[in-house]
Amino acid sequence: MSVLVYTESENGKFKKNALEVASYAAEVAKQLGTTATAISINATENEVLGTYGITKVLNVTKDNLNTFNAKAYANSIIQAAKAENTEVIITSSSTDAKYLAPLVSAALKAGYAPNVVAAPESTSPFTVKRTAFSNKGFAITQINTQIKVIGVSNNAFGIIENATTAAVENFDPSLNDNDFSTKSTEIDKVIGKATIADADIVVSGGRGLKGPENWGIIEELADVLGAATACSKPVSDLGWRPHGEHVGQTGKPVASNLYIAIGISGAIQHLAGVSASKTKVVINTDPEAPFFKAADYGIVGDAFEVVPQLIEKLKEFKAQNT
Amino acid sequence: MKILVCISNVPDTTSKINFTDNNTTFDTNGVQFVINPNDEFGLTRAMWFKEKQGATVHVASVGGATIEPTIRKALAIGADEAIRVNAEPTDGFFVAQQLAEIVKNGDYNLVIAGRESIDYNGGMVPGILASLLDMNFVNTCISLEIEGDKATAQREIDGGKETLSTTLPLVIGGQKGLVQESDLRIPNMRGIMMARKKTLTVIDPVDALSATQETKFEKPAAKGAVKLVDASNVDELISLLHNEAKVI
Repeated sequence: MSVLVYTESENGKFKKNALEVASYAAEVAKQLGTTATAISINATENEVLGTYGITKVLNVTKDNLNTFNAKAYANSIIQAAKAENTEVIITSSSTDAKYLAPLVSAALKAGYAPNVVAAPESTSPFTVKRTAFSNKGFAITQINTQIKVIGVSNNAFGIIENATTAAVENFDPSLNDNDFSTKSTEIDKVIGKATIADADIVVSGGRGLKGPENWGIIEELADVLGAATACSKPVSDLGWRPHGEHVGQTGKPVASNLYIAIGISGAIQHLAGVSASKTKVVINTDPEAPFFKAADYGIVGDAFEVVPQLIEKLKEFKAQNT
Repeated sequence: MKILVCISNVPDTTSKINFTDNNTTFDTNGVQFVINPNDEFGLTRAMWFKEKQGATVHVASVGGATIEPTIRKALAIGADEAIRVNAEPTDGFFVAQQLAEIVKNGDYNLVIAGRESIDYNGGMVPGILASLLDMNFVNTCISLEIEGDKATAQREIDGGKETLSTTLPLVIGGQKGLVQESDLRIPNMRGIMMARKKTLTVIDPVDALSATQETKFEKPAAKGAVKLVDASNVDELISLLHNEAKVI
């Protein structure tokens, strides 16, 4: 019996969410009185996982896994889970993890609980708290199967140091052509910029900005803060910004530390999608905008006056504090 | 091409969410139900395949008789036939097993489901379905073209998009992008009248595993009042974010 965590990497380096799920796995292992093993794919520096309580790393090194492939990655995790006699499998809430987790769940007849926000409430029966109704509520989900798959929400449990030593072993899953029947032919991805999925700060613009030509202030504010940019649904429907930036109930969920909404009134679907963010700031000319009821801090004012000032003052602040 | 679109009956996106029976049940009182938005994007794309490539489109859903208005809406939009599995959709694992049975018996070569339902957000039905049927699978799909048995799909990834090449039979976890919001169709009177005459087959569920159950619900904690900062004093906002919220 053990806990197995899939720790995601990119170009060999662990992603931030890998450290968070590793921390989570260590906590689950503690609750179950067992140890936490990680499976990593083409990652270097596997030893670092020891810092977060992982005692063993199964390191898969295969050239044909350099690009993410849901079926092949899932099959590697399934084989590792069998080899380790795993009881609980932990994944993140990245798009890739949500792609492969149901495949793992089906193959192992394991109940799957996604969007989990805290350590298990109990291990017998096995219950976890997760977001539901697109962040308008929480569900306490009981997993009834012998093997469980858990998807941990971004930025919910946190990265917790729990230093131990991770023994790194090579793991060589057996994969065949059928595992690669869906092939990646092109990846179109912003390089070197924070993404909505893993950014600490997200700066988001709405219809109040009046047109796509005015997005310069959103991008500049995001640059100063090292933040990702996002937008409301009307803005993406109007084609002002790409759909990948749409956050809310039918777009991407946001679980950042800081969410800054500029010129967004705060429709219920939008507020649901961003409610997992820890601190929310709203800048809007309309003091009656619903977002003011959901925000921690607010400025009633014109974005075109407030945001440039905020950019200048933040630059001064950054100069003094770094 | 024979397409099965799997739809889920969910509260309208504007619904306020409340719980009842000592917070063990979603309170449907006063709630309007609709086709799950992620499924509706897929259904609309399926209509395109029907009109441009002569595909046959069936819809399937798991639920009691109360979900039939939502199924009829899918027929009014243009699906040819519908199947309802007469069972409570206890969890995604259970639902996927019911749908897998329909796919096996109906010879479908393209299955489109939403990437997740907006109520329970399980996000597992398309993936489990693909695995049970040993079909190819593309999740968070934002573009889909089919030629013969070859499929070119794009999926949303964190920070961008990826193009994938695969083959039928195929399961899609769909979302906005498969079609745009402006492509969604509001059923017209003719469609609604025709939908009444279309076949809606009700079948009994097969024995299946419910892997999870929701034992209790909670609403998010009430939010404290917003702290307003004067528009001429952005320094104060920076100070609050730094010293109080500790996020910058």
